Amino acid sequence: MSGATESRSGFSLGSLVVLVPYLWLLAFFLAPFLIVFKISFSEVAIAQPPYRPVFDIFEGFAATWQKAQEFSFENYTFLFTDDLYVRAYLQSLQVAGISTFLVLLIGYPIAYGMARAPKQWRPMLLMLVILPFWTSFLIRVYAWIGILKREGLLNLALTSMGIIDEPLIIHNTMTAVYIGIIYSYLPFMVLPLYAALEKMDNSLLEAAADLGCPPLKAFWTITFPLSLPGVIAGCFLVFIPAVGEFVIPDLLGGSDTLMIGRTLWNEFFSNRDWPVSSAVAVILLAILVIPIVLFQNAQQRAQERER
Amino acid sequence: MNARLSTFNVTSLVLGFTFLYLPIVLLVIYSFNESRLVTVWAGFSTKWYGEMLRNQQLLDAAWVTLRVAFVSATIATVLGTLAALTLVRRGRFRGRTLFSGMVYAPLVMPEVITGLSLLLMFVAVNFDRGFWTVTIAHITFSMCFVAVVVQSRLVTFDMSMEEAALDLGCPPAQTFLLITLPIIMPSIIAGWMLSFTLSLDDLVIASFTTGPGATTLPMRIYSQVRLGVTPEINAVCTVLIGFVTLGVITATLITKRQELERQRAEAAAARG
Amino acid sequence: MANTPGPVRRSFAPWEDADADPIIRFQAVTKRFGDFTAVDAIDLDIYEREFFALLGPSGCGKTTLLRMLAGFETPSEGHILLDGADVSQTPPYRRPVNMMFQSYALFPHMSVEGNIAFGLKQDGMPKPDIDARVQEMLKLVKLEPFARRKPHQLSGGQRQRVALARSLAKRPRVLLLDEPLGALDRKLREETQFELTDIQQELGMTFVIVTHDQEEAMTMADRIAVMDHGRFVQIDPPNVIYEQPNSRYVADFIGDVNFIEGQVASHTRGQVKLETNSATAAISANSDGTEVAKGDTAWIALRPEKVRIGLDKPKGRGPNAISGEVWDIAYLGDLSIYHVKLDSGEVIKSAQTNQTRMIERPITWDDRVWLSWDRDAGVLLTR
Repeated sequence: MSGATESRSGFSLGSLVVLVPYLWLLAFFLAPFLIVFKISFSEVAIAQPPYRPVFDIFEGFAATWQKAQEFSFENYTFLFTDDLYVRAYLQSLQVAGISTFLVLLIGYPIAYGMARAPKQWRPMLLMLVILPFWTSFLIRVYAWIGILKREGLLNLALTSMGIIDEPLIIHNTMTAVYIGIIYSYLPFMVLPLYAALEKMDNSLLEAAADLGCPPLKAFWTITFPLSLPGVIAGCFLVFIPAVGEFVIPDLLGGSDTLMIGRTLWNEFFSNRDWPVSSAVAVILLAILVIPIVLFQNAQQRAQERER
Repeated sequence: MNARLSTFNVTSLVLGFTFLYLPIVLLVIYSFNESRLVTVWAGFSTKWYGEMLRNQQLLDAAWVTLRVAFVSATIATVLGTLAALTLVRRGRFRGRTLFSGMVYAPLVMPEVITGLSLLLMFVAVNFDRGFWTVTIAHITFSMCFVAVVVQSRLVTFDMSMEEAALDLGCPPAQTFLLITLPIIMPSIIAGWMLSFTLSLDDLVIASFTTGPGATTLPMRIYSQVRLGVTPEINAVCTVLIGFVTLGVITATLITKRQELERQRAEAAAARG
Repeated sequence: MANTPGPVRRSFAPWEDADADPIIRFQAVTKRFGDFTAVDAIDLDIYEREFFALLGPSGCGKTTLLRMLAGFETPSEGHILLDGADVSQTPPYRRPVNMMFQSYALFPHMSVEGNIAFGLKQDGMPKPDIDARVQEMLKLVKLEPFARRKPHQLSGGQRQRVALARSLAKRPRVLLLDEPLGALDRKLREETQFELTDIQQELGMTFVIVTHDQEEAMTMADRIAVMDHGRFVQIDPPNVIYEQPNSRYVADFIGDVNFIEGQVASHTRGQVKLETNSATAAISANSDGTEVAKGDTAWIALRPEKVRIGLDKPKGRGPNAISGEVWDIAYLGDLSIYHVKLDSGEVIKSAQTNQTRMIERPITWDDRVWLSWDRDAGVLLTR
């Protein structure tokens, strides 16, 4: 009967405990989204702030209703007529998708190796994966500029070894963006994969071998399916933030690298077009809502299993 | 899992960790380069560190960053712990779905969206932008990370420990302070460290929400990086990496030593 | 309160004394969790210095009953009286009862001393008194050398003692024990059972224990309440529960048992004859006050150790006898259990003590055998 729901045992949490974080998130997480949503329907203006509000709750209901009728979908129609934005969205999804796959491809053998390493090594290996994760994102991306640029360390090494004559142009290309994303997001993939693989019982593989299953086949029929929760968590953790990534395409990509995070940034800081950047954000969120909800469900299910 | 490492395993580990660490190691090495040109090694020198210390803008930015990180991590830890308690202990209440959604969403939300939306709200309510707007923004996303870290500890918490305290005559509020809080403290500290680092690293959200006089270190680094690689930035990055590495290693060693002591004690207890 | 173990204990039966005031009284207590009724309109009196066991399978409501006594759950209906005062709504930290938890629930960040002193500190006891009481408790559970250790530095058995000392330290009116021996291995569990009864006698305290282990309940308790689906099936001392179960449920739950189903053929002067499919002749049993009439369906509950086995048909008309074939033999060392298949297809078990050292036993597989028992060996049951 320990699963009693109405138990009044334990520390009875005052409503304050709920209210403070709840109100904070309402004020600084939900409310800002509603404002973005609202502004995405307004018109740009040369003023401070640089948009003409569609409606203002402080004006009273009648005025609000009056203005609500002037709701403008102009920003959205603009986004879909200018193929710059459509291409940016598509390219973001493509880059995030391909990178996620590549990160999985690179991350899986690392996590697998970690999980098979002797027990006393594992905390050390785990720390080695976590350490870059704690190190500034910006610094790690910056480190690659020094390597990839025309007169950078990679070209220096390759030319001095006589492998190439002409320096490779990698910096400011899509290749650099992929390298940056893979590098930055690798720990996000390795950690959940390792967590899933480490829990696995080696006697499963021994049983498979005992029943006549060769190692490679055992991997595909036993190990991989059992590590799927880790694969799924890792893919979401890489894909979702990669779609909206700004720093990597900005620092490693070229002027032709269209990614939506960067487009939003430019629209906001360079063009000062707040309504359009709001509309960009609203659509980006709409695109990401499905993976985010899927991710949350997967997390919740995993948590319930642990209980 | 426990098995012998194959050649394939060893190779993938070596290549994987080389990939993860080589760029950072190169960056650190070249921060000691005499030459301004990054690719030309002209001998060992610490002059860029001196240069860094004379750069008042950089030092100002570092000071702002540390203050933001400290204040936001502390408040985020309190709020995140409360949120975790709500999620684990409160059972069903009205608005729970919305609440848990708001706790998890910022973890995966693209930074550009979080930054933009907070800025637009600060503008809408006419809030002067600066130190506090950046801090509020950092609290908002850090508290969600704290909530997740503390929550995972609370889920495995043996409720009968609190019941035992109540049973022995300890009222609920004291039970929380004397029993629950000390036991979950390691996860709260981990949450604080995570918040601190997240705040220290953040460029995008800070760029949106900042105002005059509140330029953070990542923003300063970013604006210089856009102009190219300089040994001075390498030096700044090396210092930052050094701090984080020291922190993580210390934390790991402390927990590792506790773990070892516990294992030894348990072995001794098992022997009788 | 004089507390000499032995003879006094044997005559200890306050539940038979109409004038005795119970220390704990449940009055029509019901506890519901949503649609599920965990405890269903229960009445129960527990007396001072009693060792009372709540026994039943998991989910029968015994733990809920205990948690209501501790104050972790509030009854949906009814009242719980402690020393005559209604405590149904009193929070756990204001009740003079303490609990020993199944998981022990030791505070990991406090030493053994700290754990034992915790409850005393809550009462604001002066420091020297706390120290003295802690020493006394450490001595009682024989843990003096471990006072400064943390719980994780102790073995399972030692942790169990700390949990016991902590819950005893405040000298509660009633000590509640939730599966206190569940985490110990068999040998340690048996030792601890006796220690617990010794401590209870020494301190003259009232103990209420929850367990699903019938052996534990039989060894320690003065009275056992067998529970099923939130209700009591029988509340009696261990020997009555075993020898005079009031239902097939209780007979089956405690120990091993054979049931023989039949129709009542006659009921005269406390003697019942039962027509069955299993035996050619009617089976006779004492009714022991059980109300049955001709034609009723009834069961004879027969403990295996009360069934004799032999190759020849027993002589005389006294005992009941059935013949069958040895179907299986379980050799347990001290005992051999013979599974005998009757012609009707039913299997009856007979337990025989192996009193002599013999590798070959006279009765073996497929032998035709006779089972017999006395009229008063079986219990007549109607439910």
